[in-house]
This record gives sequence, structure tokens and C-alpha cells, in this order.
Amino acid sequence: MDIIVCVKRVPDTSEADVKIDGSGKNIDLEDLTFDINEWDNYAIEEAILIKEKVGGTVTAITMGPEESNEVLRRCMAKGADAAIRLTDDAFEGSDGYAIARILHSAIKDLSFDAVFLGAQAGDDGYGVVGPMLAEMLGLPHATLITKVDLEDGKVKVHRELEGGLEEVVDINLPAVLGIQTGINEPRYVSIMGIRKVAKKEIPVKGLADIGLSADDVGEAGSKTKIECMYIPEVGEVAEMIEGSPDEAAAKLAQILKEKGLMG
Amino acid sequence: MEILVLAEHRRGELREISLEMLSKAKEIADKTSGEITAVLLGQGVKDFADTLANYANKVLLIEDPKLENFNAEAYQKVLSALIKERNPAMVMIGHTAFGMDLAPALAVELDLPLATDCMDLEIDGDSVFAIRQVYSGKVNVKVSFSGAKKCMVTMRASACQIAEDMKLGGAIETVDSPLTEDIDYKIFSGYEEAAAGEVDITQADILVGVGRGIGDPDNIPMIEELAEAIGGVVSCSRPVVDKKWLPKDRQVGTSGKTVKPKLYLAVGISGAFQHLAGMNGSDLIVAINKDPKAPIFAAAQYGIVADLFKVVPALKDKINELKGA
Repeated sequence: MDIIVCVKRVPDTSEADVKIDGSGKNIDLEDLTFDINEWDNYAIEEAILIKEKVGGTVTAITMGPEESNEVLRRCMAKGADAAIRLTDDAFEGSDGYAIARILHSAIKDLSFDAVFLGAQAGDDGYGVVGPMLAEMLGLPHATLITKVDLEDGKVKVHRELEGGLEEVVDINLPAVLGIQTGINEPRYVSIMGIRKVAKKEIPVKGLADIGLSADDVGEAGSKTKIECMYIPEVGEVAEMIEGSPDEAAAKLAQILKEKGLMG
Repeated sequence: MEILVLAEHRRGELREISLEMLSKAKEIADKTSGEITAVLLGQGVKDFADTLANYANKVLLIEDPKLENFNAEAYQKVLSALIKERNPAMVMIGHTAFGMDLAPALAVELDLPLATDCMDLEIDGDSVFAIRQVYSGKVNVKVSFSGAKKCMVTMRASACQIAEDMKLGGAIETVDSPLTEDIDYKIFSGYEEAAAGEVDITQADILVGVGRGIGDPDNIPMIEELAEAIGGVVSCSRPVVDKKWLPKDRQVGTSGKTVKPKLYLAVGISGAFQHLAGMNGSDLIVAINKDPKAPIFAAAQYGIVADLFKVVPALKDKINELKGA
């Protein structure tokens, strides 16, 4: 089974103090740490688990600047056989649609049985690239996948629905699968592991290499446009219990006791 | 302008997102002298059409055994035919597991700009703007459709209030299914419930919810001790389940369980929208988090900004002390 996995390098904002940059259309990325998108980390793991079970190849592909190589190398250290990086100044400002188009042009002539992606990305969270890519490739797709079982010429997947329910769907291969977090337990890679793949060549492809023109990508090729970003106003917030941790805990315990909320 | 809203149902129930979207559509229709058309696909779903008719100017009902269960490929075929014919100014779909599987591919086929997971929509003259959350919910983004006359949006569940019965009394129009053959490359084969655990968190009066801030599975016992002291049960947010630190049946949120305890004590939970949607019906919410900007504090009545590893053991001791007194 040959699997292409689309991955993305994103800033980790879960515990960061996020600020809007001077353009008003993005956040200030300066002090943030970057890593592989959490969903993509599960997607690359799932592809490698399948390869380890049934053989085949895993190719990681990303769109991004040179810094994205670290994400690709991490994928290779985990077990991906090859990586491709798509980069071009013209790609800047691409929305999900334009990104799907770029990925489509880059992979449409490759041989594969499945394309895996994270169901969404932790930065902008549109969750559109996978199903859009599938439509462009003319392939069936499913997203929010929490289980993948290979069967003859198809996959049986579980999709996460709301309220703890899952649906089971059979999909013919080749297909595009959007992977949900929690599907597996992504392995860690050691510094040694990364060092081992440090010299592996990562082919780089630009606009002309994938046969697109500048009008197809970037802001020109996008169908949505960011007007502005802003930090939302927080409405009424909790009454903050002040003091040292011990004092605050004592006050809270007293409040809970008074409200009869104690076992 | 016509606003076309895709109704969503699952296992014999019309899902709330349907009326949430129709309520939002009404706001837009009022500003644009628009008309709301609800689209209902399924089999044996006529009853839902009657409900939808109160919230829409027209209900298009397409019944077909092939549409009995949701299948994005079948829905796409039906909707693309319908949308090409009607040419609505806006197509509204739920940002649900179903909508996420359907909308992006449908948008590409129809060459419509798409904004997903919208919290709100703003209208300015002829232009539609989508308001979305990005970067862990810390930032809002206002998105336009680059001047396009038509667009598609998917709306986040629980983001829009359901209006009182809008009494629109829309006509129900039955439309023939355009599906001629079975979709054999993507087949729905059944539902599977998450395995039931040893405790049912939806029945607990007191829940101690633990989130990503707990950092390591070895710290879970500390939370269990607090829950025991206070007479509650441990629940958690999604990252804790993703990391396999607690089982799925403990998860609170849109993809887990909806809980309404007397007390929800959130420990190390930042308060992603999806988590809040599962617990904001609690009688009292108390949050302990080291990040004063964590959204959980906007949902809570009481908050402590501090290191949970210091507060939790102290709180457990204080509770035991007060109980003994």
C-alpha cells in the first residue's frame, strides 16, 4: 500500500499569549514554537502503521518554506520513505482551496493507493483540504476517521460523529482519508533518529514544476479572503478567587461547602 | 436572494443544528429581503418537513431509500443538481461530522467559495462576511468571499441560538430524487456506540473535569483523589482521551458527552468551544487554570488562576478538613 501523507507545520498557540501582527490579518508568529499539525501527526503515524503491517511506501508532502523540512524529516525519522516540499513565493496567502489545488497538481501524476491528511489543522481549522483534494482528484473520501481497516481493494473506516457515536463506512481505494486525533498513539522520534535522516534529500517543487500559474495560487487563486483578525472581547468572566494557592483553595472549599456541593 | 439550508437528521431525529441554521438564515433574510429554503434529504422524514416549515419559506423534500443514512457522496449528487438548478445566493450546511464530509467537495464541484466552522455571519450591503475562530480559539477572523455573488458556509453547532417558532409556514414541495444508481464506492455500513464505561458521567452531580494541563497520565490519580474528596467523578476534555490517559466515556464535549452537573470543576482545561458546548449547562462552573486568558474563565462563575499542581492537593486537604469539621 503506497500512501501519500499531507502534513503542515503550524505554530503551537495552545498555551501561548497570541497577538495580532501589524498587518491586522495574521498573528505575530515571532515568539511561537512550531511543530507538525497535531492531526497530521496522527495521520503520518497511521500511514506508517499500515506500511509496517502490509508493506508499501509512505511519502510525506508539505507546502511551506525551508523550515518545513524539519517536519518532513521528523516524518522520515518515524518511518516515511520519502518527502516532497512544495514552495514558491506565489503560494503565499493561499486559502484551503488554493492549497488543495497545489497539492492536487503535485500528486495527481504520482502512483498511490491512498492520501492521508489530518482532518483539520490547529491553526486555521477549516478542515477543507482533504475533501477538496479528493474532489479534484475524482476520488472518494471520508474525514474525521478514528479507525482504518484494510480490506481487499477498499478500507473500512470509522468516522467520529457527535455525542460519542461513530459510523462505519466502506470506501474503495484509492481514496482520500482525513484522520482524526486519538486514532493511534504517535511514536516519538529521538534526536538520533532525526540525525539518521538529516542527509536524505528532500525534493523541492515550485509553481512551474507542478504546472500551475500564479493566478491559480496564492491570494489570486483563493476563493476566500481574510479581512481582519482580532482578539475577541471576553464577556463577563468568573469571579476570581485571589490569594496564594493554599488561600485560594481554602476560599473555594468554603464556597463549595456553603453551596452544599461537597460529597 | 435565496438562502438554502441543508437540514440534518440522524437516526430518526432532526438535529438541532438544522433549526440553529434556519434561525441565523432568518436574520440574514430579514436584512436582505431573502427567502429561506430548507432542504431535507432522507427516507421517511416527512415529519421533519413539518417542523422545518415553521422555520423556512419553503421546504424541499427529497425522499429516496438511497438517502436513508447520510452518505456525503449521495448527498453531493443530489445537492449539486438542486443548487445548479436553483442558483441560491447562499448555501448553509452544518459544521458537523456530516457537513465536514460533504461541504468542501460540494463547493469544489459547484465552484463556490466556502467558509467552514462559522460562528456568525455579517451582512454589509451585498457582501457576506464569515466570523470564525482560529489559533486555538484565541483569535477571531473575519473572512470575505472575494466579491463572489454566491457562497457556501458551514455553521458551528451551538453557535447560533434557535429562534422561537418563526411561524413562516413554508410550503413543503416534494422533489424527485435525481439518484439513479447506488453509490458503490462509499457505503454506509452502520453505527457504533462508544463502549459504556464503569461510570456514567452524565448522571454525576459533581464532576471534576481534567484537561491537557494535567501534563502526564501519572498526575491523573491526584485528580481522582480530589474527586473522591468532593464526592464527584472524574471527566475530561478531548486531549486527555486522544492521549489515552482516560477512556472515551469520560469525555465531555460535542464529540463526547453533554453533562449538566450541579458542580463542574474544570482543572487544567482551557475551554475549547467544543468542550464548553458539552458542559455549559452545569449549575455551577469553577475553573482552575494557570492561563488567565483561558476561555474557560468566561464560562465559569468562579476561577482560580494558579498552578493546578499546587491548588488541587490543597483543595483536597481543605475539603477533607471541612468535611471532618
